[in-house]
Amino acid sequence: MRFHGFHAVTLGILAVLAANPAAAKTISVSATTPDANEKLQEALILAEPGDIVQLGAGVWKLVDGLSLDVANVTVRGAGAGEGGSVLDFTGQQGAGEGLLVTSDDVLLTNFAVLNTKGDGIKSKGADRIVYHQLRVEWTAGPKETNGAYGIYPVESTDVLIDSVYVRGASDAGIYVGQSKNIIVRDSIATENVAGIEIENSYDADVHDNIATKNTGGILVFDLPSLPMQGGHNVRVFENIVNDNSTPNFAPKGNIVASVPTGTGVLVMANRHVEIFGNIFDNNGTANVMIVGYRYEHKDPKYQPLPRQIVVRGNQHGKSGFAPAFPGGQQIAAAMGGTIPPVLWDGSGDAIVLDQVGVLSLNLPDVKTPQREAKPSPADLSKGTPPAALPTIKLPDAMEAKVR
Amino acid sequence: MKRIFAALAAALCCISGAATMSGPTVDQAVIEGEATPQKLSEFGFGMTTGSYRPTAAVGYTLRTPLFSDYAAKDRFVYIPNGREARVTADGTIEFPVGTVLFKSFGWPDHNGGNPVETRLLIHRASGWVALPYIWAADGKDATLALGGRRVPVSFKSPDGETHSIRYAVPNKNQCKECHSKNGVIEPIGPKMHNFRVEQTGMQKAPPIRFRTIPVRSVTMPIWDDPASGTVAQRARAYLDVNCAHCHNPAGSASNSGLFLRWTDDPTGVNYGIGKRPTAAGRGSGGMDFAIAPGDPAHSFMIYRLESTDPGIAMPEVGRSTVHREGAALLRQWIAEMPKEGRN
Repeated sequence: MRFHGFHAVTLGILAVLAANPAAAKTISVSATTPDANEKLQEALILAEPGDIVQLGAGVWKLVDGLSLDVANVTVRGAGAGEGGSVLDFTGQQGAGEGLLVTSDDVLLTNFAVLNTKGDGIKSKGADRIVYHQLRVEWTAGPKETNGAYGIYPVESTDVLIDSVYVRGASDAGIYVGQSKNIIVRDSIATENVAGIEIENSYDADVHDNIATKNTGGILVFDLPSLPMQGGHNVRVFENIVNDNSTPNFAPKGNIVASVPTGTGVLVMANRHVEIFGNIFDNNGTANVMIVGYRYEHKDPKYQPLPRQIVVRGNQHGKSGFAPAFPGGQQIAAAMGGTIPPVLWDGSGDAIVLDQVGVLSLNLPDVKTPQREAKPSPADLSKGTPPAALPTIKLPDAMEAKVR
Repeated sequence: MKRIFAALAAALCCISGAATMSGPTVDQAVIEGEATPQKLSEFGFGMTTGSYRPTAAVGYTLRTPLFSDYAAKDRFVYIPNGREARVTADGTIEFPVGTVLFKSFGWPDHNGGNPVETRLLIHRASGWVALPYIWAADGKDATLALGGRRVPVSFKSPDGETHSIRYAVPNKNQCKECHSKNGVIEPIGPKMHNFRVEQTGMQKAPPIRFRTIPVRSVTMPIWDDPASGTVAQRARAYLDVNCAHCHNPAGSASNSGLFLRWTDDPTGVNYGIGKRPTAAGRGSGGMDFAIAPGDPAHSFMIYRLESTDPGIAMPEVGRSTVHREGAALLRQWIAEMPKEGRN
């Protein structure tokens, strides 16, 4: 019995070994194989935990969506740019996305997904997923007929999106929904309706990204009547959010169709959101917008107000010169041509420590229609900011995959 | 109600294993092993040209079936001799290990009525496994297609229209997308409220015996038989069978917040009434609500059912053709809803 503790450790190691077959292998699939679509899908099905599915270089002409449901598999291409591994879904006939991942501990790296009919890459219930050095693009640029989301993890715990490029999504380029413990970093989102969107999620760091030429750069939303809601603890920091001037091309009815062109960061109905150290420039409506959810809903559990929002230490370039919300032009005209860089609808609470003006629409009750706005400058620099949010930490094994 | 549930719960041995038959011999080791046979014939069910009825299996139908491009479907269940299926209180049929559920898809006017594919759901000790097999043109044997395949087919729908489509045989993962509950595969169709054992036809297998279960009290209506239920009841049965395998809190569409089971509250936002699009993208069709009561033309549920564009169409898997008759039923149901119920 002296070695009881030792044995427990040994058994633990053996259990780990048993769960990770030593014979992890690389399954290579070539873009030029006849029936490449079917062969690639078979490879994704036959892969075993620990395996790498290696995508050959070239353009893959795919007609059906792909899916992966095996844990701890890496899908690795020969690069996300021209000459890399390009999964081209221009001729797609079926499935709601280009690639669907439904298993844990998956790494997707170094390939491109183009012109899917629906979403680009979706992962659902896929914990500890890593999206790394990927390109998801609708190559004709902004069009209402483009798919909704580029990179779309949902219902997952521990999500890392690192060094991706997304262009042309008719909803959000990078969309994280109903998830926990999230990092989106070092990525570029351009010419989407929303560049990056964190929705109905908890604990997220969005940093060192470039959100440019979208309708809205970075959105932090919470919506009613969904299984997971009450979004909170989101830090948006050290991003470049500029020139978000693309006219909104989202299909009507979707919540992002209401995002005014020229929005930098938009926070709606979340609590504990910190926006700091970002560089804002050339966002025609506002660099930062803080609003409540102003639509009718029947969800008694839903909290429609923004609360405990902190805006500090950001650089503000030109903004507010083309406010694209109803009545915005008139307000700008009355204020000498531009509105202040921070726009608040007057609901909930926020602290703005940046040395810039804040325009309040003075609509504290989200049931009051926006046409009853009584815009006036507001001072939100008073009061004590809530304690700073902690840095998001992901499991070491996830970080190791991108080192 | 309690008594009915008690009776259901007490009912055991609803379906008993078949007696030994002459002819082909089912290979139970293949069924219950972990291998995935490349050929359907390896299971020993004797399915081939002239007889696509698996030996020792029992046919069944569903009161309201899933729409699959107007395909005719033959469904069978094989339970090994001496094992029993049980019915739980909520009408779920629990099949024993060793069970095989068969579903063959074909069109009477395509390739002489030979099936295009046969899907197996096999209950192994490790859980259910879904395997798609595609038939050779000569109908002699079918080959495993784990990666799925597009198969060109032509057929006439009931309204006389000719369709030429690239019919999608699902891949193994797509089987699971629909057959998933909390990430684990399980059968969808054979539930007591929707299950009908074949009463006539070939009876190579002994009939399934039901022990005095008051099935009638819990059955769903037949979607296209007005005598079986009101428009609303039939529409809800249609939604249950065609949508709820994903649209439930443990299914592939759990994140949508749209839940369409027969048992869900059909008046709530989560049933689509006044529900704004979530992650619908182009599926919203520019409309505000999944269901706008009294206004099917502004209900994007209808828009999605009537589309075949992969970025719009629902269900996402298994449909390349619009089910006009099903969509018409849902249109009527929405049109008959009182408008004041609108959000």
